[in-house]
Amino acid sequence: MPIGIGPYLVVSAILLVIGIFGIFMNRKNVITILMSIELMLLAVNLNFVAFSGMLHDLTGQIFTMFVLTVAAAESAIGLAIVVTYFRNRGSIAVEDVNLMKG
Amino acid sequence: MIFAQLFFYLFSIIMIASAVMVVTARNPVHSVLFLILCFFNAAALFLIAGAEFLAFILLIVYVGAVAVLFLFVVMMLDIDFSELRAGVQRYAPIGAVIGVILLLELVLIIGGWTVAPVAGALRMTPMPIGLSNTDAIGRVLYTHYAFLFEASSAVLMVAMIGAIALTHRERQRSKRQVIARQNARHPADTLVMLDVPAGKGVKELGILRPKPALEAGAPPLTLPEADRAAATHKPGAH
Repeated sequence: MPIGIGPYLVVSAILLVIGIFGIFMNRKNVITILMSIELMLLAVNLNFVAFSGMLHDLTGQIFTMFVLTVAAAESAIGLAIVVTYFRNRGSIAVEDVNLMKG
Repeated sequence: MIFAQLFFYLFSIIMIASAVMVVTARNPVHSVLFLILCFFNAAALFLIAGAEFLAFILLIVYVGAVAVLFLFVVMMLDIDFSELRAGVQRYAPIGAVIGVILLLELVLIIGGWTVAPVAGALRMTPMPIGLSNTDAIGRVLYTHYAFLFEASSAVLMVAMIGAIALTHRERQRSKRQVIARQNARHPADTLVMLDVPAGKGVKELGILRPKPALEAGAPPLTLPEADRAAATHKPGAH
């Protein structure tokens, strides 16, 4: 790997913080929250790949594949829930979701 | 070597800027498009780190499927996004404070961290020499991690079934035959044979089709005495 591990760690830390900031900032918009979660998972993947490249170990890349799989499943289920919620309520404001108790 | 560093910083700056735009864009379609740009640059960073297969998996799976799914949902739902942006001014300072604190902590941790000297000896699956990245991943994934691979396929299966079950709508497009109801039906429930005298109509006898019992699905009404006497020709009786 031509770059050291340090820049990768800093870049992925910044990406993770941007994802967390996005969750705090868009409290109402659940689609943007899902995208922020994707950003955070991307930061994790970047860490895995950077360590894999530094140590010449394939385990990080294998785990990145599993993280990608779980992230794809999560976003599909999340968007399906958003679509169902929008059909029932006509809005995707997640602040009202606590009204859905049974 | 200097080219790799130059490209690394170029792609990271574009990636971080587009991630900021994902979070702060007013129009969610724009933020999905910036998410796609972010994934493209992350794929370039994966390439620089030597993970070629994952870089293209990221492009195919994320840009090809997940980001397009996001775009599809954003455009399918008719949402008033300006209303959803209402609380941003209230929440942004808290988010910024928490983000800055977290970033400082992470930078402090990364600054004081070194690779353990035994890390190289603790590798689980060292990269084989002379194989391409895809070949090496395939040799590891289908042998050592076969069970995890199948478990992740089960996760995808459950997600697919869940997404379909959540969003599927039963639509009544055609009138269908319910065989059980049709077999359970008795002629006396629906059919009354009347001897209509000449010169009188069915309306004057007080019976109109369809029978209310058939409409409501309720048990058959008992006929009035005069009608019962009149209902002589029941098909079941002959």
